[in-house]
Amino acid sequence: MSYITVRDVSRIYPKQGGTFTALNHVSLTVDRGEFLCLLGPSGCGKSTLLSILAGFDRPTSGSAQIDGKEITAPSLRCVTIFQNYGLLPWRTVEKNVELGLESLGKAPEERRETAHAYLKLVGLERFADHYPAELSGGMQQRVAIARALAVDPDVLFMDEPFAALDAITRMKLQDEISAICREQKKTIIFVTHDIDEAIVLADRIVIMTPNPGKIKAILPVDLHGRRDRTSPDFLHIRDRVFTAFALKPEDKTEYYI
Amino acid sequence: MRTVKNARHLLGASLLVLAAWQALVSAGGFSEALFPSPLATLRGFYELIADGVLVRDIGASLGRFAVGYLSSILLAMVLGLVLGWYRGIWSYLNPIAQVLRPISPMAWLPFIVLFFGIGEMPALVIIFIAAFFPVLLATVAAVRGIEPVYLKVAQNFGIRQPAVLTKIVFPAVFPRIATGLHLALGTAWVFLVAGEMVGAQSGLGFLIIDARNNLRADLLMAAIITIGVLGLLLDSGITVVERAIGRRFGSRLA
Repeated sequence: MSYITVRDVSRIYPKQGGTFTALNHVSLTVDRGEFLCLLGPSGCGKSTLLSILAGFDRPTSGSAQIDGKEITAPSLRCVTIFQNYGLLPWRTVEKNVELGLESLGKAPEERRETAHAYLKLVGLERFADHYPAELSGGMQQRVAIARALAVDPDVLFMDEPFAALDAITRMKLQDEISAICREQKKTIIFVTHDIDEAIVLADRIVIMTPNPGKIKAILPVDLHGRRDRTSPDFLHIRDRVFTAFALKPEDKTEYYI
Repeated sequence: MRTVKNARHLLGASLLVLAAWQALVSAGGFSEALFPSPLATLRGFYELIADGVLVRDIGASLGRFAVGYLSSILLAMVLGLVLGWYRGIWSYLNPIAQVLRPISPMAWLPFIVLFFGIGEMPALVIIFIAAFFPVLLATVAAVRGIEPVYLKVAQNFGIRQPAVLTKIVFPAVFPRIATGLHLALGTAWVFLVAGEMVGAQSGLGFLIIDARNNLRADLLMAAIITIGVLGLLLDSGITVVERAIGRRFGSRLA
């Protein structure tokens, strides 16, 4: 029995003069501890699928379960990391990290200790008393990750978390964050439209295509333990991803069957 | 450097006004009792300060202003927060607010006197009304326009009502409410004087009525200048507060 199960999920939004199908009969399973990337162009439903898994949205039909329980609302067991970080600008870095711990009813001293431990993990313990606006984008995202890890969730949902960062910061954070998250043994669902990012991070890549949003293919990524952006393994998988997207014209044929 | 420059602008403006004022007095040939010269006004100031009237009236006005303004914005912010959050209720109240908003607080005066009597209360009530709607509407608009990611974070991290309003929504929208607070401060100050003209026995509005009744144009002018300068100081004060709020609560998202 897999950890996360998506069974025949569709999400249809009403729109002016009709409906818009964001997700069309999507099925997927994810194992505990797996790092899964949802990859595709805008409008392919990857963010909608993540939203449903995170409990912010509900499927129009079908079922989405985590650990055998239907997902109905967001929970502290599954924390989402947003593209624009979602830090609270009126709280210091430390108080941001403590946010979830407050809901867990931890004592102030314990909250402080936990916050500092996770800030240390992301290399920002010196910035505990700063406000988010005083930090660079990459640092802010690291604070958001420390805040998510601080409540010790089982699952992390990441919605294009590095999309707003410059290329070099992005690559550094990709390496750093994937190492931390693997170490902490979290199950991770990561949404991106960046092919290289997906290959560097994922155990499996779910390739999605738009109109209507659906899963085109699922590619296992085996880089033989070396997440090296210039290795032959990397280029080989990249080639396969390119091939998967290049087959897009056949989408329509499939759709009309 | 900037203060020097500002001081120069202020001095220039003052000299310009004084020159025009004196020219008007010299050329117009009005009676001193009807239109005072700058020098007579200065003597009036001296008189008001010397017998302690000015300090007493400024104190009374600022006291009333503080009570009326603070109680008004407090209630307006709390109501705005709740009504902005529960959109269903606001849909019914919005038309009422839109009808009440453009009515000058002074129009209510006969009813205010009927309900609250004369003396201390009319001024307070008029300041309250003047400050209430700008803050209420700014708060409701700010709550409705809140960045959705804050609410998602609150939901995700298990924050429930009423903590969502106090811990997340209020600080998130406060920089935008601050604009309404600034606007309301100016409006309320304008109406303070009008409110104090109804039976108050102290305050700058009372000073104006009193000077007029005694045909003391010099004291009238002194009171007018005082009101203007105090209004400017209050406005500068809230600008400083607003900047501090911006720094403290500021963000890319707000």
